[in-house]
Amino acid sequence: MADGVSVLGGVSVGGAVALRDLGLTGMVTVRGNLAGGALQAVCAGLAGVGFPGAGMATGTAAQGIAWMSPDEVMVFVAHDAAGAAVAQIDAALAGVHHLAVDVSDARALIGLSGAGARDVLAKLTPADMHPDAFRPGMFRRTRLGQVAAGIWALEDGSFAVMCFRSVADHVFATLAQSVKDGAVGHFKG
Amino acid sequence: MLTLTCPYCGVAADETELAAGGEAHLKRFGPGSTDAEFDTYMFARENPKGVHFERWRHAYGCGKWFLAARDTNTLEVFGTYPAQSSAPPQHIRDAITAKRPGWTWRDFA
Ligand SMILES: [Zn+2]
Repeated sequence: MADGVSVLGGVSVGGAVALRDLGLTGMVTVRGNLAGGALQAVCAGLAGVGFPGAGMATGTAAQGIAWMSPDEVMVFVAHDAAGAAVAQIDAALAGVHHLAVDVSDARALIGLSGAGARDVLAKLTPADMHPDAFRPGMFRRTRLGQVAAGIWALEDGSFAVMCFRSVADHVFATLAQSVKDGAVGHFKG
Repeated sequence: MLTLTCPYCGVAADETELAAGGEAHLKRFGPGSTDAEFDTYMFARENPKGVHFERWRHAYGCGKWFLAARDTNTLEVFGTYPAQSSAPPQHIRDAITAKRPGWTWRDFA
């Protein structure tokens, strides 16, 4: 079996806001009735975190769960654990209407950390990045520039951006340009 | 700029995160209908200056369709509600009446 390679090749950029490829990550999309106890339990067990409410995400982009839509969550596990995770979900939800698919290779994850990270994102998205509106633990699907992306406000104050693999280079370069252009200073503190 | 709150996600979505889907509450006339019914279904649309009902899709988000009641003249949004509604729910009608007493739109008031 070929060794997996992250689409961004482990790239990182320093500066006031540091950007880095979060690397190969197992991502399992799960669709079904999110209120279902068995669905919540198997997802929470796989990621080792609580099950998120609407607009939220729990854990981190390495081990966590993000709420994607009223009938969809993304479960983040180790890259080599995604296949087993799908099997485990299918077993736990046998007879229950659901869909679980390993989509690890469909998306890229980029980490942003540093005091101006909100400014870097706010220049590219119409979503409200104000600290009072977009708080740690929240996850928002939106757009960055011209492409779809998910933005995750992590509990440690950093951010993760999820985008499709095919536009990962573009999103990374766009974020890097936004970092380079400097902070706007719109968000105080 | 138009901001609509997705009734499923609860997020205030910018117009650029949404895909417009035209008029809401159309009744489809297909095979078996008269030519006049099909013609009206296919081509006749409201074009009000004021209260209007529209379909929108949260394209850069949950991907779901929803319905919105707004004023085409002021861009004021009266509310959004699930696409499964065959008529505007009462709380939406009440919100419109509070701002535009006596409003009518097709068969709704
Ligand atoms: Zn939505």
